[in-house]
Amino acid sequence: MLKIENLHATVGGKEVLKGLDLEVPAGEVHAMMGPNGSGKSTLSYVIAGRDGYEITKGRILFDGKDTAEMEPEERAAAGLFLAFQYPVEIPGVTTTNFLKTALNAVRKARGEKELDAVAFLKLQKEKTAALGIDTLMLKRGLNVGFSGGEKKRNEVLQLTMLSPKFAVLDETDSGLDIDALKIVAEGVNSLRGADRGFLVITHYQRLLDYIKPDRVHVLAGGKIVKSGGPELALELEKDGYGVFAEQNGKAA
Amino acid sequence: MADKETVAAVKKISERYDAGFITDIEMELAPKGLSEDIIRFISAKKNEPEWLLDWRLKAYKHWQQMPEPRWAKLRLPDLDYQDAYYYAAPKSGNAPKSLDEVDPKLLETYEKLGIPLREQEILAGVAVDAVFDSVSVATTFRENLKEAGVVFCSISEAVHDYPELIKKYLGSVVPMTDNKHACLNAAVFTDGTFVYIPEGVRCPMELSTYFRINEAKTGQFERTLIVAEKGSYVSYLEGCTAPMRDENQLHAAVVELIAMEDAEIKYSTVQNWYPGDEEGKGGIYNFVTKRGICKGDRSKISWTQVETGSAITWKYPSCILKGDGSVGEFYSVAITNHYQQADTGTKMIHLGKNTKSRIIAKGISAGKSDSTYRGLVRISPKAEGARNFTQCDSLLIGEECGAHTVPYIENRNPSAVIEHEATTSRIGDDQLFYCRQRGIGEEEAVALIVNGFCRDVMQHLPMEFAVEAQKLVGISLEGSVG
Repeated sequence: MLKIENLHATVGGKEVLKGLDLEVPAGEVHAMMGPNGSGKSTLSYVIAGRDGYEITKGRILFDGKDTAEMEPEERAAAGLFLAFQYPVEIPGVTTTNFLKTALNAVRKARGEKELDAVAFLKLQKEKTAALGIDTLMLKRGLNVGFSGGEKKRNEVLQLTMLSPKFAVLDETDSGLDIDALKIVAEGVNSLRGADRGFLVITHYQRLLDYIKPDRVHVLAGGKIVKSGGPELALELEKDGYGVFAEQNGKAA
Repeated sequence: MADKETVAAVKKISERYDAGFITDIEMELAPKGLSEDIIRFISAKKNEPEWLLDWRLKAYKHWQQMPEPRWAKLRLPDLDYQDAYYYAAPKSGNAPKSLDEVDPKLLETYEKLGIPLREQEILAGVAVDAVFDSVSVATTFRENLKEAGVVFCSISEAVHDYPELIKKYLGSVVPMTDNKHACLNAAVFTDGTFVYIPEGVRCPMELSTYFRINEAKTGQFERTLIVAEKGSYVSYLEGCTAPMRDENQLHAAVVELIAMEDAEIKYSTVQNWYPGDEEGKGGIYNFVTKRGICKGDRSKISWTQVETGSAITWKYPSCILKGDGSVGEFYSVAITNHYQQADTGTKMIHLGKNTKSRIIAKGISAGKSDSTYRGLVRISPKAEGARNFTQCDSLLIGEECGAHTVPYIENRNPSAVIEHEATTSRIGDDQLFYCRQRGIGEEEAVALIVNGFCRDVMQHLPMEFAVEAQKLVGISLEGSVG
């Protein structure tokens, strides 16, 4: 579903990703772990097509299609979702309004009928309840004055509302207490299925107790330096990233 | 050679201003230029009483002596007052008794603008006065309003039907000598709207006027006068459009509001005059004087404006807070794109005790445009316990536009509390990327973010207008990113 081949990418002229290969088939959840500065967030932005994150070599295939020429909104319409590490504030735009605009933009791009207010609110109510989100939050400016946990929950709400084919979760666990973490994990798990893939970027094993990955990769120095099963995450938890520090150091 | 794509792109651009069509209708025009004779002609056309003609002529004499106001932060062209028509009326359109007598072409024009005048088709609860170039062509729901005692008619009719009210209030808030544009309006005003709400009456529906400039080289000089007697309430809204033309056209309106004891007037504007093209060619010069007086104690005047059109906007809807405990409000969104210029704001003149004013101004600049908030808060020595809160926020889109804030505060009473907040921001790349990642295209994202930025103002618009205004925000910012 997502296939990355020999990816080299620069940010502000500096090479951050240096030949990354990754394949996440449909139905699987892969975890991407690694020390700070290894290129994890850069990878998420490159996949989503953010301006300023330039691919200098290699390619990213989504559903077999090269994404190089696709605008971020085209990737979203094709079914790609990124849960942001730092969700952005948009004052004056309520979560409800934002979600309705987004959902209908995506539906329109796919040639589907736009949802009317009644159908949309019904769907939102359902998803909001499942995530234990206070409906008052939906009426506030998007992410404005939200706590770290509220922001992350809101990302997962957007994820479940848009129900994409493939989701990249960029440190969605950071800043969450254990209860919030469980709720977020449940939201993600509810979407798991044979035709959907996930790439979960995280520092810690903790999240992986609740979202069980099929594969775990270690990113250091802009490359994947080790891949394995779920047990790899436990090893890392025990031994730390020390063994990979040298590779990472070269990147810095 | 222009390829298909270019042709399509150009076509799309010219379609951006939806109201830019011209109605082909037979017009009666006064000879070009401005003179005493022209003023006599206008007055005679309207069959006006002697006192009004004298008033006009006096204004004209004064106008000739007055300097152009040059203090605003605007690149103002020299206006050639002789190269314009001051009276243009559809030949069939003079004083129709009912809608059946209105030229179908005119009804069609308003329908194209989304303003059906046929009462059965109209939005429930909104009465409309339609002004086409120099004359009012139709006023709806008049009978229903009459039952409630509300007068809602064109100002030409009011001169005949309610002479004592017109004589008493015309020019009482904006004196003819106030400024050059208001003075010109006093000399040549051709039509507009008169509203009178009797004591204790809550106007049963929204009142609105749609101003349409159609004829080329024509100025529009309308006057609006609203009087709200003791304890009454009215909500009034105006909308404005004009065809796309290469030359500039002058719109110099005057609006006067009078609120007596415990009365409330809510005045909303959605201004979408033709802004000119991408190169800054053409467009309306919108030089408008709007002022209200809170005459009685505890009266309230609230201005809400969404200004998206016009090549140049020069406009400062103001409140004179004379009655004790009276309240003035100003909620404004001004959007400029391409080469548009806007210098707009308000004046809050606190005269009475415990008077309150609130100013929320949102300026959005894109392209090569310039937007200035200019405001005055004046607390007079007798205005014990006066309060003002002002918030001015500017949003910039792109690298070549400008936003300026020029607040004046004159306080002569130590008990006053005056607050002023101002911010300037840009639409962030991170905000745009966040929206786009969720599938929202760039232009729609800009419209969404800007509407969020304007929300505090938009929510003061009557429901019927809020949706239209939100769409207008998106349309006027098209081509501002990418």
